[in-house]
Formats: sequence, structure tokens, C-alpha cells
Amino acid sequence: MRRRSTLWFVAPAFALYALVVLYPSLAGATSAFTDWSGVSGERRWVGLANFERLVSDSAGRAALRNVLALSVFVVAAQTVLGLGLALALHAAAGRRRWLRVAFLAPALVSPLVAAFVWRYVCSPAPDEGVNALLGFLGLDALQQDWLGDPSLALWSIGAAAVWQHTGYTVVIFEAGLARIPRDLHDAAKLDGAGARARLRYVVLPQLRPALTITVVLTTIGTLKLFDQVFALTGGGPGHATETPSTLIVREAFAFGRYGYSTAIALVLALIVAAVALVQLRTLREWELTR
Amino acid sequence: MRTRTLLVDLLVLAAAAAFLCPVVLLVALSFQDPAGAVSLENYTRAWEEAGLARALANSTLIALCTLVGVVVLGSLAAYGLARAARRTGYRLYLLFLVGLILPFQLALIPLYQLVADAGLLGTYTGIVAFSIGLQLPITVFLYTGFLRAQPRELADAALVDGASHLQAFVYVVFPQLWPVTGVVLVMNAVFVWNDFLTPLLYLGGSGKETVPVTLYTFVGEFGTEWGPIFAAVVLATLPVLAVIAVAAPRRRRAG
Repeated sequence: MRRRSTLWFVAPAFALYALVVLYPSLAGATSAFTDWSGVSGERRWVGLANFERLVSDSAGRAALRNVLALSVFVVAAQTVLGLGLALALHAAAGRRRWLRVAFLAPALVSPLVAAFVWRYVCSPAPDEGVNALLGFLGLDALQQDWLGDPSLALWSIGAAAVWQHTGYTVVIFEAGLARIPRDLHDAAKLDGAGARARLRYVVLPQLRPALTITVVLTTIGTLKLFDQVFALTGGGPGHATETPSTLIVREAFAFGRYGYSTAIALVLALIVAAVALVQLRTLREWELTR
Repeated sequence: MRTRTLLVDLLVLAAAAAFLCPVVLLVALSFQDPAGAVSLENYTRAWEEAGLARALANSTLIALCTLVGVVVLGSLAAYGLARAARRTGYRLYLLFLVGLILPFQLALIPLYQLVADAGLLGTYTGIVAFSIGLQLPITVFLYTGFLRAQPRELADAALVDGASHLQAFVYVVFPQLWPVTGVVLVMNAVFVWNDFLTPLLYLGGSGKETVPVTLYTFVGEFGTEWGPIFAAVVLATLPVLAVIAVAAPRRRRAG
């Protein structure tokens, strides 16, 4: 008996996915080269004008600069913090493992809720959030307008992102640690390796897949970060916390510059794809040399 | 050695306290009335003034429809991909994976136009179709990965006995997929429950707003009245915590 191809099983999912993701993404990529304003439906081919505007416009440049700085900061902080906490939790073997709930708790609330919490933490009022803590410690001089000061706002948002997502990093590293065979530790110990040498030559090399995964996920997540920025500062003060995501939404829905907005989205997509491909290739190379 | 373990313990405890501190503050402030006494006043105000009952009903309906759609379409597609000719199956699979990398900002505006042209702005259908489509890549990825690790012989035996592919899928393969279905359900439930920008754009002003959109409007009105804001935040987060509490023990057993 000959059966029909099982590709029919894929058809409904693929049709919906194509309609919701593939087609609009392609349409977005092509309207990036037009002056489409949305309302009129009329669009003229303008070549690379939108991209020239992105790199010459002060808001566009701020958005690109900010998102790169933010990604470097968040990836570095989250990886170091996540790895350190995972190692500590792993060393604590059982007794303190339940503490991982504390690190995961912020990851369970929605990004929007995290932003509201962080709005309180970063409140300029001297009796609220971090400022209250500083006042309590007698460090009144260090109190700041954490989100209103252009030189601090971006890092306050970065801190909010790190606070919310470090829990995932901890879990990924813990899973990596649990997978290291005991024999490796025992063999290294027999050979006279101390705790530091075992960390350097046994644990860290074995954690490379976990490291790649966390770096890829964190980078992509930070490049696309929207909810927190939107709810914390909306891109301000000035353009101090402007990111491609906030700019895309504002250009399209406040100014009706759909063409320009999709051009920013296309640049963001290319950056994300490039980062993901480079990092995934590194992972593949690592797996081949294992 | 003993002092070092103690030091590690202390560091972990301090870090845990720092991470939990904002959460504890949030809950504490939500129970505090303007005079500083413990009361439920914030909760009654949040419940009545934010319109949370309606938002919870909207979010639940949207989440349930999305979950059914994602599980049915995603698992069927994974079976189809696993049984298709090797090359075609792999290429289609890669095409699904593209969706994991594409930032949805690229599709945001054309999709908004598409939904508007179809007259689906402000409808449940529009947002559910969007959520299913957007979540299919990760769902297909999870189901396909899991299915590849399963033995094919059971389904093969059913096929040899004359079952159709659909019968083999429904009676043999889908039951095998339960562990990963749990993961798919939790992940998608959390995503749909927390998603903010699309419901804001598609459902704003329709009376069908989801919890995050309602919360956003409420916070806009209340500014820095932290008590009612945080009470609303607690109420909005409880359903997610409930889902995770129900799913967590099951997942541990499966893993």
C-alpha cells in the first residue's frame, strides 16, 4: 500500500508560519528601500537613502551605538555572574541548591513587570529604591537620578536586563556542570591537579557548549530588547537609551515613516543574523574538534 | 577548606538576597496602604480600577487557543518533517529555523498592515493567528529534536499493520511526545502571557486587551503610586506562577 507523502502534515504549520513571519519579513526587507508612509499605500523606490539616513541621523547613530554598548555590557556581566553563581551552587552540592529559585525568580515575571519593578528601584526619590539603600548606608552623596541622567540611564537598563535574565544563564551552566563525568575530576585529582587547575583544564573546556549557547542567546536577546527600554525610558532622556527597537516603533507608529522604520529593522536583522551565524559556527567547530 | 565552603555559601546567600530584594520589596509595598499599615486596599483598588478581571479572561482565552494551535500544528509538522524524504525534510526544517533568527521587528509593520487589511485588528483571531505563527519555529525545533531521539520502530510497526500516517501519529507518536509537549506548553504559555508590543498594537482600545497591555495603561495613569501598581503586578503574575508550579514537578519526573 502506497501512502501519501507526509509533507501534508507540515503544510498547515508552514502556511501559517509563512503568512505571519516569512512573508511580512520579506515585505519589510523590500520596503526598507522605499519611502512608504503607510497611510497612502503609495511607495517610491529610494535606493539606499533610508540607510544613509540611519547612519547620518543622530537618533539612528545613538540607537546603533547604544545597542552595541548594551550588548557588550549585558553579555559580559551575565556570563561572568551566571558562571560564578553556577560554580558556587554546584560546589554547594545540595545544601544551597534551592537558592537557584532566587536567581530564577526575576526570569519568571514578564519583561514589562520587571521594568515596573526597576522603575521603583531606579526612582529618583531619595526614599525609594537604590537611593533609599544608599541613604540608609549613609552614602547620600551617591544618590542619583538613575534613569533621568543621560550618562547613567543606559546602564540602569542594562542592570535590569542582567537582573532578569541571569537566572537562565545559571541554569544552563549548572546543566553543563552536571554533565561533566566524575571520572574526569577524579583522574585530574589523581594527577595532582588542585582546585584551580581543575577549573582551568577540566571544567572550563567542558563548559564551552554551555558558554556558546548563553553568549548566543544573551546577545540576540539584548540586540532585540524592547519592553524594558520602552517601559523604563522610552529611549530618553534625549536619545541616551535609544535602541533600534524603540526607534523602529516610534518612526512607524508616531511619525508614519514606515520605509525608514523597516530599514532600521533590516539592519537589526542583519546584525542579529551575523552574530548568530558566527557564534553557531564557533559551536560547530568546537563540536567537530571534540 | 571549611572556611572556603563557608565563604562560598555566604557569597551565594548574599547574591540570592540581592536578586530577591526587588521582588520582596514589590510584594511588601503592594500590601502597604499610604499610612504605612498592612492592608488589602491596594488590591481592591487595582482589581476595580485596572479592569484586571476582563484582562485575565482575555489573556486566558488567547493563551488557550494559541497553545492548542501550537501543539497540534507543531507536532504534526515535526512528524511530517521526520518522515519526509531526507533532503526535503531537512530543507523545510531549516526554513523553520530561519524564524528563530529573524527579529520580529522586521515583520512588525507589514504584518500590522496585513492584519489591518484583513479587518482583524482588535479581534481574538488576529492575535491568536499571530502568536501561533510566531511561536511555530521554536515549537517545531523542540518537537523535531525530540522526535529524532525517539525510536521509529513503534510507528513503523503501526504503518506495517496498515495504519495510516494520521493514525500512527495520533495513537503512537503523539503519546510519545508528552514530555516535550510539557516544555512546549510552559514555554508558549509564558510567552503569550507576557507578550506586550503586539497585543498593544493589535488590541489597544478594543476591550480585548491582555494583561500586560492593561497593566501598562494602569501604570500610565497611576505614575508613581507604587502600592496599587505593585498589587496589580502581583495579580497579573500569579497565573504564570501557577502554571509553572503545576508543570515543574512533572518535568523533573520526565527528565
